[in-house]
Amino acid sequence: MAIEGLNYYQQAVLLLAALIALTSFLMLGQSRLLRLVGIFGVQGVLLAATTAMVANALDFPHLYISALLTLALKGLLIPVMLHRLVVRMGLHREMDTVQHPALVMMGGTSLMVFSYYVSLPVVKLSSLVTVNTIAVSLAVVLLGMLLMITRRHAVAQVVGFMSIENGLFFAAVASTQGMPMVVELGIAFDVLVAAVIFGVFFFQIRSSIDSLNVDRLNRLSEVDR
Amino acid sequence: MAWLLALFETLLFIGAAPLLAGWIKRVKCRLQNRKAPSVFQPYRDLRKLYRKQPILPEPASWIFRAAPYIVFASTVLSAAIVPLVAVNLPTAQVADMIVLAGFLALGRFFLVLAGMDIGTAFGGMGSSREMTISSLAEPAMLMAVFTLAMSAHTTNLSQAMNYVLDTGVVLRPSFVFAMLSLMLVAIAETGRIPVDNPATHLELTMIHEAMILEYSGRFLALLEWASQIKLMLYGVLVANVFFPWGVAQEFTLPALGMGLAAITLKLGLLAIVLGLSEVLFAKMRIFRVQEYLSFAFLLSVLGMLSHIILEAQR
Repeated sequence: MAIEGLNYYQQAVLLLAALIALTSFLMLGQSRLLRLVGIFGVQGVLLAATTAMVANALDFPHLYISALLTLALKGLLIPVMLHRLVVRMGLHREMDTVQHPALVMMGGTSLMVFSYYVSLPVVKLSSLVTVNTIAVSLAVVLLGMLLMITRRHAVAQVVGFMSIENGLFFAAVASTQGMPMVVELGIAFDVLVAAVIFGVFFFQIRSSIDSLNVDRLNRLSEVDR
Repeated sequence: MAWLLALFETLLFIGAAPLLAGWIKRVKCRLQNRKAPSVFQPYRDLRKLYRKQPILPEPASWIFRAAPYIVFASTVLSAAIVPLVAVNLPTAQVADMIVLAGFLALGRFFLVLAGMDIGTAFGGMGSSREMTISSLAEPAMLMAVFTLAMSAHTTNLSQAMNYVLDTGVVLRPSFVFAMLSLMLVAIAETGRIPVDNPATHLELTMIHEAMILEYSGRFLALLEWASQIKLMLYGVLVANVFFPWGVAQEFTLPALGMGLAAITLKLGLLAIVLGLSEVLFAKMRIFRVQEYLSFAFLLSVLGMLSHIILEAQR
């Protein structure tokens, strides 16, 4: 269905989907850790807004609850936790420089084209108006993976991991009628627990190798000394 | 009649450009808690420069003398292409946005030549920087235009505006991206703050100022005026293509008056946005400009992709 034929709520879903893809690209290019966490928070808020819009546009009232949950967890709680972790470990001035930023961006763009190509058959099967966003959610997942591959810093990798989860959640919201509540609550708390565990891991990694650069994990400590 | 109106509109465009520059300066002064000069100050500056005797450097060739006229003429021609108050004007219908980019490139080419003509170090440096930036900015601008063209099925400004007016308010992701990209390109091309600072003569950072450093008198006035027109041109482009509501579609007096009021309001608001961004952001290092412009390019590519993925008919 062309965009002119949709109502404003459905158009807003598409617009927000595009903005979520944009935040993924921004994360890919951002080398300051605090800003990375900030953009991740923005992505969570946008995701919550999209969920609420889908709830309105397709008339699934139970999605309002998951929108609230998303806003509270991915929009506020986890970014604030990561933010405080970064500040407490004194990493707020640390740069995790992206090597070959133009190449990474081109890779990201081609991943987006790829996910469009892959999701074409799926789109043909469904009749939901928001089904076009499946390609975007797949792209968000792949971009999160690309973020994890291109970064060396543990915090950046965790943010990439969380944004993969954002993409999966987005796919579930946009292409189906949302997951069952039990599953959704389970995943939400899993992510929260993961964030806590990652926090503990940060301290562990730092106390053992004195840095959060995961490249250093490759070296044997006996050889280096 | 229509041609007469087009001529009148172009004259209005040229005449109002210093006013917009004065308004932006006023907004910036207010935001920085300074006392603002009158909005008509740019007119006084231009008049002052016209009266002064121009001094030519010794090694200047004909290029140096001709460049201000060529730059001014090409900017005026490109201003004629952009619909200001009314769409369907003949000047807007004969040329499209690629011609517009061509006119701007012609003016820039001669400005760069003039910068190198006298052989000073500053001129050459400014010219090289200008070319670097424009070679990165132009693809981003054209991609934004193509994104627009994919929805409107035309690169002609007048027809594109008619298309947007006919379809009404549609929240198009691709238009949002194209608009952001065009704004970033506009800031780079007109030499505003994150890329170049128009207000100073700081030696190591200037781009536009470095090229026109040797100009004086009426030549300088023409170049200053041309850059004010260029700034207004990008403003009108952003305001009228993405928010064309209010522009006159038929040539009657009330419609034209409405169009004039609408464009004044839109440009006034856009100038406030520009002033805010100039106050909030610091000028970046010249070597980071390519990152900035590749972000603009990325935005327009994303706009095109989101048009294909999200908006297209399946």
